[in-house]
Amino acid sequence: MTKEKYLNFILITYLIFIFVFIFTPIAFSVIFSFNSQRFPTIPLGNFSLEWYIKIFNDPGVWQAAINSVIVSLVTCILATFLGFCTAYSDYRYRFKFKGLYLALVLLPPTIPLIILALAMLAWLSKIGMSGQLWSIICAHSVLTAPFAMAIIRLRLNQIDPDLESAAWNLGGSEWATMRYVILPYCKPAIISSLCLTAAVSFDEFAISWFVSGLNKTVPVIILEIVQGNIDPQVNAIGTFVFFTSMTLVITAQIFFLTWQMKGKNK
Amino acid sequence: MKPTKNNLNIYSLTFRLPIIIWQLLFFVGPVLFMVAMSFFLVKNYRMTEAFEFINWTKMFSKNYFWDSYWFTIIIAGTSTLLTMLIAFPASFTLAFKVSDNIRRWAIFMLIIPFFTSYLVRTFSWYVILAEKGVINAFFSYLDLGPFKMLNTHIGTLVGYMTLTLPLVIILQTVTMANIDRNLIEAAYNLGCKPKSIIQRVIIPLSKTGFIIAAVFCFILSFGDFVAPFYLGGSQEPTLPILILDTTKSGQQWPRAAVVAIVMMITLFSIAFIGIMTAYSKSFKK
Repeated sequence: MTKEKYLNFILITYLIFIFVFIFTPIAFSVIFSFNSQRFPTIPLGNFSLEWYIKIFNDPGVWQAAINSVIVSLVTCILATFLGFCTAYSDYRYRFKFKGLYLALVLLPPTIPLIILALAMLAWLSKIGMSGQLWSIICAHSVLTAPFAMAIIRLRLNQIDPDLESAAWNLGGSEWATMRYVILPYCKPAIISSLCLTAAVSFDEFAISWFVSGLNKTVPVIILEIVQGNIDPQVNAIGTFVFFTSMTLVITAQIFFLTWQMKGKNK
Repeated sequence: MKPTKNNLNIYSLTFRLPIIIWQLLFFVGPVLFMVAMSFFLVKNYRMTEAFEFINWTKMFSKNYFWDSYWFTIIIAGTSTLLTMLIAFPASFTLAFKVSDNIRRWAIFMLIIPFFTSYLVRTFSWYVILAEKGVINAFFSYLDLGPFKMLNTHIGTLVGYMTLTLPLVIILQTVTMANIDRNLIEAAYNLGCKPKSIIQRVIIPLSKTGFIIAAVFCFILSFGDFVAPFYLGGSQEPTLPILILDTTKSGQQWPRAAVVAIVMMITLFSIAFIGIMTAYSKSFKK
């Protein structure tokens, strides 16, 4: 018994060590953003807001922030719309080539971003759409729609199968049923999906970097700063980026978990 | 209500068509165009549409292409193996040694890094691993080091793991947590030692999930340019770095397309083999 306790102790310690490894870069990025040294290390320098002041006074960073917000907002709405339509089609209908249809939707995230980025760059220049915010939005919606589809599909799994037909029997048209039954039912999943797709889009850098041209987003700015020199500005920007995406991801998870629990209680 | 059979009307098509149109325009279109582009010509820094195999023969005759190809496979493979091994004890603990509640919280935590900026995390590692960085500063207190970690394979591997470890732990944990506990208890009651329970009960039962985790891990490492570029020093370029260089500086989009297509074929073959082996044995039973 003591041997097992000893083993459990080692395993738990190992687990904690792994979590430390995973969260170390996030923690240090935040710590170093308030640190006065140009090359951050331990022992830490003084507490300083220098890097924050620097990025606040940089119009380039502001422009990038605005671009990023626009891109992730439009992307999340578009991707959630596409994901919802696909999830509903999969839930409700059987049709020819359904496997192919689903593969078409779910494939993009398994292809390395750098390849998608190259393909997008070439294609969008060909059809004359490169270098605009729209180019990034189109690419991001393809990348994130599968996440939206997966989340909403899980919610549709929980729906009482007779609910829709009950609404029809009571005289509701298909459209009205969609509006008053299906959509309200999917609302928590839709909110989760909006947050999660926004988070993915907000952090994506490879495609944005390739197709954005002069309309840089925040990750592209970070990439460009990092290519030059060590510059703790990145930590200050990074801290903002972390908190934005963490807020989005945690919100998404809270909505997701809440309805998962409710589904189980039924 | 079971899924209704194919009935084409405005309602059903409203939901079915948007994604088809969208993916054709912005996914199938780009990928097919990239394949076509690998046959284009570049003259005076301008791309002209053609159907020539010159990009393919040029790339395949270059030693640096093959060096880079095998290097990428080896380092992504090493990273996959290491990540699976490092993740296993942690996933094992999460699956069997903690309460359901803690497991849920741990997975909740592990999802967060997967959706937060990989780029900033990599940069953070850059500072931590540097010659005068946090880890070496710590070692110097112990009169050790400095150890060179940046611009080595260690750097690349740490970067890859930043990307893949949370996902692999989640997939392994979920797989093992779903194993029927009665089977493990039965093995235990029949006198099976813990070590052989892991080897002969847990691992065979989680084979499918493990292979899928490994395939994802390989795809992510194989396609990532940030870790080998910033943490690995890029002296030995991986294929993604080759694409990057060829596209950004050389204006040689068709040759970058060749590299990208080779990468895609490699990944699909590996994913296919992985999935085949993942599901193969379960038929035999």
